[in-house]
This record gives sequence, structure tokens and C-alpha cells, in this order.
Amino acid sequence: MSNAKASDAQMTKSDTRQDVAQLDGEHVRPAKNRALKRFLKHRVALFAVFVLMIIAISALFAPAFAPYEYDKIDLRARGVPPSVEHWFGTDRVGRDIWSRTLHGGQVSLAVGIGATLISTSIGTVLGAIAGYYRGWVDNIIMRITDTVMTFPSIVIMLTLAALLPRSLLNIVLIIGGLSWPAVARLVRAQFMSMRETEFVMAARALGVRDVGIIVRHILPNVFAPLVALITFSVGSAILTEAGLSFLGLGVPPPTPSWGNMLESARNLDILKNLPWMWVPPAIMTVLTVLCVNFIGDGIRDAIDPRLVL
Amino acid sequence: MLNYLLRRILVSIPVLIGITIIIFTLTELAPGDVVDFFISPEVEMSAAQMEAIRTRFGLDKSPPERYFNWVTNLMQGDLGYRFTDGRPVAEVISRRFGASLLLMTTALIIGIVVGVPLGVFTGLRQYSVWDFALTGVSFLGISTPAFVTGILALMVFAIQLNWFPAGGMRPVDRDPTLLTSIHHLILPSLVLSLNYIATFMRYMRFSMLEVVRSDYVTTARAKGLFNKRVVWRHIVPNAILPVITVIGLSIPNLVVGAVFTETIFSWPGMGTLYLDAVLGRDVPLLMGINLVIALFVLAANILTDLSYAIVDPRIRYE
Repeated sequence: MSNAKASDAQMTKSDTRQDVAQLDGEHVRPAKNRALKRFLKHRVALFAVFVLMIIAISALFAPAFAPYEYDKIDLRARGVPPSVEHWFGTDRVGRDIWSRTLHGGQVSLAVGIGATLISTSIGTVLGAIAGYYRGWVDNIIMRITDTVMTFPSIVIMLTLAALLPRSLLNIVLIIGGLSWPAVARLVRAQFMSMRETEFVMAARALGVRDVGIIVRHILPNVFAPLVALITFSVGSAILTEAGLSFLGLGVPPPTPSWGNMLESARNLDILKNLPWMWVPPAIMTVLTVLCVNFIGDGIRDAIDPRLVL
Repeated sequence: MLNYLLRRILVSIPVLIGITIIIFTLTELAPGDVVDFFISPEVEMSAAQMEAIRTRFGLDKSPPERYFNWVTNLMQGDLGYRFTDGRPVAEVISRRFGASLLLMTTALIIGIVVGVPLGVFTGLRQYSVWDFALTGVSFLGISTPAFVTGILALMVFAIQLNWFPAGGMRPVDRDPTLLTSIHHLILPSLVLSLNYIATFMRYMRFSMLEVVRSDYVTTARAKGLFNKRVVWRHIVPNAILPVITVIGLSIPNLVVGAVFTETIFSWPGMGTLYLDAVLGRDVPLLMGINLVIALFVLAANILTDLSYAIVDPRIRYE
């Protein structure tokens, strides 16, 4: 009797395995391929990928492309307009703007990616727990999410940035630690619908532990809709860093970031007479965020073809 | 409706409590000793004197006790006193609040009045040249932060062309009149509104595209109604519903944009006050402004839900 039951269970198990394998082979993969194909047809998004690659590579290899050290002061070339020696001119203490823009890109992109990694991790964990377990856990997590969402995050960030010592790491932590509510909400919604599906019930019936179901079975299916959101949040993290630095509360000098280079434009004299000091970082910030947004849009269209934007 | 409003307010109470806890914890996190602010640079202070200051401000009590004291004072309208000049925080904030409210409301109205019709316009002409051009521009509008548009506008329209004043709310040499006030308001409010024009246009366009395909629009057309009537009576009122939510959700962002815009145009509002508080580490003022902003956003959320319930009769609370 008990033997028969065991073999029964064995059968179901292997059946489910087959089902999963089938799903893998015939449904999941092609869907991904279709999404990729649709993305590749999105010409604007492809062009944005190309531009962003150039920006990322030049930022990554900034030391190789930059003719000067980003913090090298040259008192004989103060406030020089763009020329052959200094492509983008120099600032008030003779630092080369082209070199600083390249290095600034490194910082800005690093903050964007670092903060997004943090916010995505926090959001995914909280969203998964809330959506999978529901009940009072869900209630508490969602109230916290609501509270963090109600506050304009830059406002808390400003307070934190003022109270904590200024450093690159702190900026990444502050931005990442406060940008997770959107991710949490999306993941929660996905988990809530996924936990009712048959393959999750099957996994539960087979005695897979909750952690296994969450990580191995549901999470991979949540990933697709999450990709677009993650892309957008890289863009908004870059803007947030630039904003904090613009107000003088972000990345501390002498490390350049596009935001703290823009800060110089708050001085009316520089705004008026040394435009080469703030125009390059302004263009780079907008261009980068524009590319990221176009890519995010392309991904969203590719994943969800029902949305015709 | 009144019932709905009351319930909506009740639901926000836990969020409000959460906010006060966050604000309090944030300031607790601050490294350094608050008593440092009261140490005179000239006169030597004894440990006993410092202890006296501690007792006077209640700093010797435990954090939960101080939180409770703070909240009790808040409920009596006492937001504490500024570190820098000892003036009451509530008074300082109320003096600046009006200027910010003026700037934000003007920007929001411009955003709605320009953005929504543009969305209707492009939504009815999908894939036309207009659609592509305006969608492209709106993308640029969404990706450009207020501090970049702000410095560009300041450079071009205030400094180069000299059409608008470079900052402030009123002329230095004359008494303010309605005309000078509008003149000072135009540039900052336009800068602040750009993001919202772009956002509202995009959502309105998207929403239009969905509604245009719906069955009741086909029915309306099949009845032989004029195009104008179909658009303004059947499509737009339905398409605008989700946009109302978007408008409400954009209010926290509006506050952020105002901080930047006010800084660039030296607008004497809460944003510049907040930055002063941040840079001067004026903790009571920081707490006060954070609280006022949170209350403002909560109130705006309730107002959004309420207007949604008025416009859409299908919405009923639970």
C-alpha cells in the first residue's frame, strides 16, 4: 500500500519534471527569443544601446582616454575655453573638463548601477515575502512601502546626506536604500498571481520548501516584467545622484561626478562666462538617461507586445 | 462621499505615524552631539552647564520618551525652535509655505493644461509626424531633470535675452505688483512644469489609444455621431481617468522639482529653506519641513482619490 503510494508520488514527480522540461523547451525559451527579436526590431532602442555602450566604454576606460589626471591642477591654464590642448576647456583651477567628464561618467554610472542593485535586491526580497505569504506580513511590508513612497525620496535623501558623512558609498546606499518601493510592489503583484498557478501548487504538493518555491519556481518567472523597471531605475538613480551632487550633498569633491560638475553652474559668473564647465556634464547626464529610458521602453514593448506605445 | 473621505483619512493615520517615526529616527541617526550647537565659541563651558542644556531640552531622556514628547508637542502645533536663530519652526515654515505652494500649483496647472490636450492631440493621430515629433520631445522632457532645464532657462532667458528676472519673487527696487509677480513666476514655473507636461502628455496619449479601440467608441461612431462629439463626450472623459491618478502620484515629485527650481531661481520657498536647514544641520527645522512635506503629500493623495471618486462613479470604497 505504502509502496504503491510512493511509486505514485514518484510518477507524479517525474511527470511534473517532464512538464517543466517541456515548458522549458517549447514555451519559455521561444517566448524569450520572441522578446529579443522584438527588441532588436526596435530601432530607437538599439541605437540607444549603441550610444550607451560608447558612453559606458569611455567611462570605464576613462584613464586611457583622458589626456590629464581628473584632479591635476594647472594654475597656468585657469578657465581656458575649449582648445586643442583642452578639448572641453578647463575650470577655475585649471583642471581639464574633458578628463573630468570621462571620470565623472565612471562615478555616475557606478552610482546608477550600484544603487539599482541594492534597490532591486531589497524590493525583490520584500515583494516576494509579501506576495507569497500574504496576511499580516504582507500588511506590514506594504504599510512600510506606502510610507516610503509617500515621502518624496530625495527629501529623505537630503536629510540623510546632510546628517551622514559625505562619501561615494553613502550616496549609493542612500539612493539604493530608498528606491525599492516600486520594485517591491511589482514583485508582490507578480507573486500574488503566481502563487495560485498550477506549477506552484504542484511544487508545493511535492513538498518543496517555501524558499525553494520562491527562489527556484516563482522568481525566474517574475524576472521578465522586472527588467524594464530595473532599467528605468538605473536612469532615475543617475538623475538622483546628479541632483544630490548639484545641491552640494552628493559625491564629495575632488572626485568628479556629472552632478557635482553641474554644481558649478549655480555660480552666476560660471553660468554666464564659463559655459564649457557645465554644458558637457549636462549633456552627458541627459543623453545617458535618455538612452536608458529608450532602452527600458524597448524592453517593455518587447516583453509585453499588448502595450502599443 | 463624506463617509468615503473619513475612511480615506483614517487609513492615512498609520502612514502618518510611520512618517513621524522615520523623521525621528533619521535625526537620531545623526552622528555628533546636538549640544554642540549651543556651545559658544568664545566662552568656556563647564560640563555642568552642558548638562543643564541637556536637561533643558530634554536630551537626557530616552529616545522613546523624546519621540513621545515631540509628537505631543506636534499635536499642539509646537514644532520646536530653530537652532540657528531660535525662531519658532512653525512660524518660519508658514512664512515660506505660500511661495512654494504658488510655484507648485502654477507648474502643475501648466502641466495639466498643456500636457493633457497634447496627449489628446497625439493620441488621435497615432504614427503621424506630429505624434512622432511630440513623443520624441516628451521623452526628452522626461529625461531632463529640473536642474538642467533650470540652468539652461536661466542662462538663455534671464541672462542672455534678459526677458525675465534671474531670481527672487519680487523686484528689488520697486514695490511688487501683480504684473511683477507674474513676471517673476513665469520662468521658474515653466521650468518646473516641463517634466509634467511631458509625463501627462505621454499617459494621456497612451490612455487615448486604449479607449479609441474600445467597443463603446465603435458603437458611438456606428450611431453616426459627429467625430467631435465622440472625441469629447466618449473618448476624452474616459481616457482622462487613469491620468488623474498619474497627476496625483506626481505630487511627491513636484516637491522634489520645487527644491531644485527654487534653488536655481532663489525662490524664497520651502525648498530653499530646506536646503538652508540641511546645510546648517538645523535639526528642528529639518524635522518640521519633513513633516510638512509629508502632510502635504498625504493631503494631495487624499484629494486625488477623492476627485477620482467624484469623476468615476464606478469607484466605491471596498
